[in-house]
Amino acid sequence: MKKLINNPERAVDEELAGMAAAHGDLIRIIEPNVVLRRDAPRPGKVGVISGGGSGHEPMHGGYVGMGMLDAACPGAVFTSPVPDQMLAATKAVNAGAGVLHIVKNYTGDIMNFELAAEMARAEGIEVASVVIADDVAVKDSLYTAGRRGVGGTVLAEKIVGAAAEAGADLKTVAALCQKVQDNVRSMGMALTSCTVPVAGKPTFELGEDEMEIGIGIHGEPGRTRMKLAPADEITEMLATPILDDLPFKSGDTVLAFVNGMGGTPLMELYIVFNKLAQILKGRGIAIGRSFVGNYITSLEMAGTSITLLRLDDELTRFWDAPVHTPALRWGV
Amino acid sequence: MSGSTPITYDDVIAWINTFAASVRDQKEYLTELDSAIGDADHGINMDRGFQAVIGKLPGLPNRDIGAAFKTVGMTLVSTVGGASGPLYGTFFLQLGTATAGREAIGLDDLIAALDAGVAGVQRIGKAEPGDKTMLDTLLPARDALREAAASGASLQDALARAVAAAEQGMLATIPLVARKGRASYLGERSAGHQDPGATSSYLLLKAAADAWSGAAGGTAN
Ligand SMILES: Nc1ncnc2c1ncn2[C@@H]1O[C@H](COP(=O)(O)OP(=O)(O)O)[C@@H](O)[C@H]1O
Ligand SMILES: [Mg+2]
Repeated sequence: MKKLINNPERAVDEELAGMAAAHGDLIRIIEPNVVLRRDAPRPGKVGVISGGGSGHEPMHGGYVGMGMLDAACPGAVFTSPVPDQMLAATKAVNAGAGVLHIVKNYTGDIMNFELAAEMARAEGIEVASVVIADDVAVKDSLYTAGRRGVGGTVLAEKIVGAAAEAGADLKTVAALCQKVQDNVRSMGMALTSCTVPVAGKPTFELGEDEMEIGIGIHGEPGRTRMKLAPADEITEMLATPILDDLPFKSGDTVLAFVNGMGGTPLMELYIVFNKLAQILKGRGIAIGRSFVGNYITSLEMAGTSITLLRLDDELTRFWDAPVHTPALRWGV
Repeated sequence: MSGSTPITYDDVIAWINTFAASVRDQKEYLTELDSAIGDADHGINMDRGFQAVIGKLPGLPNRDIGAAFKTVGMTLVSTVGGASGPLYGTFFLQLGTATAGREAIGLDDLIAALDAGVAGVQRIGKAEPGDKTMLDTLLPARDALREAAASGASLQDALARAVAAAEQGMLATIPLVARKGRASYLGERSAGHQDPGATSSYLLLKAAADAWSGAAGGTAN
């Protein structure tokens, strides 16, 4: 294991201390490991929180700030946070208008957030939860835990955060989050594995000439393992199941999001985007907004994921609204 | 025999400590099982939780078995995360409720407590037998314990049968296709791998048998 760390057991704590040191104007860290918006709670505003395992930076802590999240709960690397964190976050952001929990669909995240929501309600705080489950690599059936929450989560946090900032109430904010979920689909792939610091060795093995199509953001195996192919073919393999699933139709306008898994240079992400743009054009789908970069990662994994969100005026307006967080900043 | 009270507070603490040591010992193995069909953290998660647990045990104010189990459960919920945190946390919290205020319990009490613990795991995880989870170990172990008790077996004999049933249940997860948790993402590809949670649950039963194999809970009175 070759990593810029001091001690695997302390990696998340030291990361959070570093974030506080770097972005003290936007965020502060409170016990037990909650990234909190500097000026939380904002009077009258619905609180929006999310959380998940660490190792997906900048998600979620990098999205705490004006126009996005009020708090984020980072768990151990690739492990969902504990209810104590979500409870502390919920209390810290609650200004009496209620709190939305944006939860990625993993068994652990669901159960830990649910326990926290129960405890918060017992303390008189109104909590709504929306589950993001956008990964088309997983069959959504009674025989699985359902689709994983991946790239769509970042878009949901931005859009919902903007609505909350604009003063929308809890019911409206939750409905908007559900609307994002209903219109977003994603799929990812890996070129290399990644190493969880405390594990010390790669999460899975992938041959020099192999790739995993449909990978999860925790290195969960995907749909198929196959021989490495050119970027254009890989882009087809990711885009086609996404487009066919919703389905996205001719005349639709989308937000096209090409995400890096952490270890892939932007050069390659733009090569993927180039092909994606051609595919969308071929299907008569317009790109309304574009988003390219490392926004939901799997440590140092090389690979990419594609996320498409079907846009309407409301979603576009909230996407464009000002945001000021450690990782996203525009309009300010 | 099953009407007597053979399991003392110290026995319970010994069980927890034995399990914590076993988890530490098998941390890499459990994580390796999870890397095949999950996300390679089960051993790390369980070890983080049980290291926190053994730090808490010496500070307990009285010899209440229920309070000890509750402390274990609350500590797991607060430190483990993942799926196993709420699941094992609830399991021990339920054990605690079932044994509240007791300084010693009998085999029948243990069975009733396990019933409550397993029901808790089913309530929050919504898994069925055969879904390839920890339940595939816990359910047959509980049933074996009950049958053994009904036939008048001693605590050690009953536990030995429960451990054998747990082991069978654990091994029986190998050919199963997972329908719950992260492993379910794999569909058919999850077959051929032993479930990590079923394995840690086997170690939990085994820890009880190991911890209670000596004088405690024996035929001596
Ligand atoms: N719904 C469920 N009900 C019962 N047990 C479950 C459920 N989902 C997962 N498990 C158990 O949890 C184990 C995985 O635990 P762990 O790796 O610690 O959590 P995570 O899956 O969040 O990484 C699985 O091997 C399985 O036995
Ligand atoms: Mg796991």
